[in-house]
Amino acid sequence: MELQLSEDQEFFRDTTRKFLDAEAPLTKVRALEASDDGFERDWWRRGAELGWTSMLVPEDLGGGSLSGAGLLDLVLVAEEMGRLVAPGPLVPVSVVASAIAAGGNAEQQKAVLPGLLAGATFAAWALDEGRGPWSGAGVTLTAEQRGSDFILNGTKSTVEAGNVADHFLVTVRTGAGLTNLLVPAGAPGLTVVPMKSLDLVRRFSRVDFSDVTVPSSASVGEIGGAGGEVDRLLQTAVVLQCHETNGAVDHVFAMTTEYAGDRYSFGRPLSSYQALKHRFADLKLWLEGSHGIATHAARAVQQRAANAAELSSAAKSYVGENSTDIIQDCIQLHGGIGVTWEHDLHLFLRRATVNRVTYGTPADHRERIATLLSLEEG
Amino acid sequence: MANTPTASRMPSDIPAQPTPEMEDVDAFRERARAWLAARMKPLPPGEWEIPNRDTDEGVQHARDLMAKLFDAGFSGICFPKEYGGQGLSVAHMRAWSEEAQRYEMPTKFNIPTLTILLPTLLDYGTEAQKQEHIPKTLRGEEMWVQFLSEPTGGSDLAGALTKATRDGDVYVLSGSKIWSSGAYRADYALCLCRTNWDVQKHRGLSVLLVKIHQPGIQVEQIRQINGSMEFCQEFFDDVPIPADQLVGEEDDGWTVVSRLLQHERSAVGNGSAFGVIMQLGARRTRGETTDPLVDITKQLGLGADPTTRQLVAEGRVLSLVQPALVDRVGTGIRAGKLPGPSSALMKLANATTGIARAELAVKIAGSAAAAWVEPGPASQQAGVFLSRQTAALAGGSNEIQRNIISERVLGMPREFAPDKDAAFKDVKRNTIPTRKP
Ligand SMILES: Cc1cc2nc3c(=O)[nH]c(=O)nc-3n(C[C@H](O)[C@H](O)[C@H](O)COP(=O)(O)OP(=O)(O)OC[C@H]3O[C@@H](n4cnc5c(N)ncnc54)[C@H](O)[C@@H]3O)c2cc1C
Repeated sequence: MELQLSEDQEFFRDTTRKFLDAEAPLTKVRALEASDDGFERDWWRRGAELGWTSMLVPEDLGGGSLSGAGLLDLVLVAEEMGRLVAPGPLVPVSVVASAIAAGGNAEQQKAVLPGLLAGATFAAWALDEGRGPWSGAGVTLTAEQRGSDFILNGTKSTVEAGNVADHFLVTVRTGAGLTNLLVPAGAPGLTVVPMKSLDLVRRFSRVDFSDVTVPSSASVGEIGGAGGEVDRLLQTAVVLQCHETNGAVDHVFAMTTEYAGDRYSFGRPLSSYQALKHRFADLKLWLEGSHGIATHAARAVQQRAANAAELSSAAKSYVGENSTDIIQDCIQLHGGIGVTWEHDLHLFLRRATVNRVTYGTPADHRERIATLLSLEEG
Repeated sequence: MANTPTASRMPSDIPAQPTPEMEDVDAFRERARAWLAARMKPLPPGEWEIPNRDTDEGVQHARDLMAKLFDAGFSGICFPKEYGGQGLSVAHMRAWSEEAQRYEMPTKFNIPTLTILLPTLLDYGTEAQKQEHIPKTLRGEEMWVQFLSEPTGGSDLAGALTKATRDGDVYVLSGSKIWSSGAYRADYALCLCRTNWDVQKHRGLSVLLVKIHQPGIQVEQIRQINGSMEFCQEFFDDVPIPADQLVGEEDDGWTVVSRLLQHERSAVGNGSAFGVIMQLGARRTRGETTDPLVDITKQLGLGADPTTRQLVAEGRVLSLVQPALVDRVGTGIRAGKLPGPSSALMKLANATTGIARAELAVKIAGSAAAAWVEPGPASQQAGVFLSRQTAALAGGSNEIQRNIISERVLGMPREFAPDKDAAFKDVKRNTIPTRKP
């Protein structure tokens, strides 16, 4: 939980929490497993009314934040969603809305933003290609320029919310360099192949491009100049993801400390054994560290500070690994019930594991940090 | 969160943000920047401490710097004005620290003098004690240490055996303290001692303000793994301590020491605003310093090795997480959203980060940690590795911090303690000291 909030932010967080408690309890999450979309569209629209989709878009484009620092408001939603492993495409919709608000032309903004902001349409970011490190450097999908058109051929993988997306922001390589192209879902030659996911309600897709043609005006921002923006979008995704994970771990940790107080063995509560108390203390330490670094990363990314890249990668690396360690240990502390389907623990483990390895693995992000440290210079 | 916030405000609970009567933070920053540029010596590039910080000359230099800060109105930023401080907020301290960290600063005074002992005195000292000592200390005339641990036990502080027996206007002090860092050149100590043997162990303790260099007190230095001679042991041979040197109430020393330990945990975790500057932990982000792990990597030309790159980045991540945790927990405590004992998290983070990074250094260095012709980053970090457990012991061990976190932050049951209810004179206790003098 964030510890330093304005009254507006507290109110916003509480409203989101109440809405999620009422409308997306864990029983609902389980029930949505069998659904195609992974969430209910009307439910998302009502979330949008609470402000979930507008925080990264400036007011003159129809959005607006509470604090003037939209990412610091939006992480509150991410954290609350994590607390209940809520469904809904928060990260992809936010990232694409932010990209279009920041770099899209007026036509793109008019065509895409109102629907996204209202929660009526959806967008997905197609970056990963299934092998690489989720970075501009890992992009091989090419868009060949022919006249005033781009022709896309190749495959994107692990595209979150690809199944429902009306718009794809596709990061491609052109002759000029890295470019973000806005591609409509209905474009001829674009095929969405649903993927199975570890998470019960988070949907990923493979997206195949076979001679998909878009005009060069589909570029969001400068053609060939998207490198910096790809980094920023990735940082934004990572910050949201880390907060979501932290919300999930908060919940698991609270659940487990309570359980350890209630459950007796050898005539004493589990929580009276020093061996377990010390483990809980370590879990608490890692959890607070996870919150701390996620907050620092959010502030840096919001301010586009010089250390945003390093802090967001540090957050991803730390939160990514510690979250699953903490949850696995909480499963151990629950005993046999911890490894059952009926217990809710696995819902959180699923989300944390998916978050750990998407938008770059902890090792990928450590490699990014190593690059920032210029280790090869004398 | 099922935590109870800290109960009532203490004098050392200073505001995080400026109150209306304080100078504007930006104006203060400008004033500080101009003064620093005009009057203070910048540190050499890559250095973060005055040279020879731990030598006698270094300490004298620190005392002189304290006097200079005091005369210019920049000593004790967060200490009250009536005791010679500046009466400002944590936000001012942060601004000051950002400006001042590139200059020679008397950081030797940070721990334990300014961040642990003076705040404790502020909270529990008598008015006369505060008037007598706080201004002098802020001028660099007094350096302080803590006399807590004893040869018969450090973790179980409330089991202290050093005796103070009231005799008219004085307490007669006898016994021994140990591990008090830097006592041989310090001036005053807060000393935990037993004034009552007929009650339960926490109820018979008192804290005395003791002048270190006086007849009847013998100070012996002890050599540490890394060669440092900072450790000391003191022997008290029926030393008369004036009764008005009592800090807090007689037999209520545990209250005082509990608060002292809280200050210590946040100080060691870099969360204190009472030092000459705060440790901000974000130095490299301004491109001004290097990380020892980076230095070793460059020394050995391992910058392209994928395994090394992972290890260096892992260390870098830990050193970014630690100040972020301190920031979060400090904010939480000040806002009343986390209980005071949460400072144990800061201390545990500091120690575990240090241990993990020392381990990484040895992994990266390989045999360069074992033997060298010329000393360098690898040999230096090998030394750090040898002493890596010190931070996990000093100021309360990691195990004790974990007890505090589980019991007083998470509310788990206390450990079974057979000495909990008995009169201390009847309790089974250590008779074998940990060290023969
Ligand atoms: C660098 C350094 C500086 C120091 N500076 C000072 C100073 O200025 N002033 C001062 O008074 N002291 C100082 N100390 C002393 C320090 O506070 C003690 O060393 C520490 O509290 C441990 O006490 P001990 O050495 O007696 O070990 P013990 O208390 O004998 O502990 C031995 C081991 O048992 C563990 N243990 C003990 N009790 C428990 C328990 N209940 N549950 C689980 N584990 C337990 C401990 O964690 C430790 O690992 C310093 C120590 C160091 C290393």
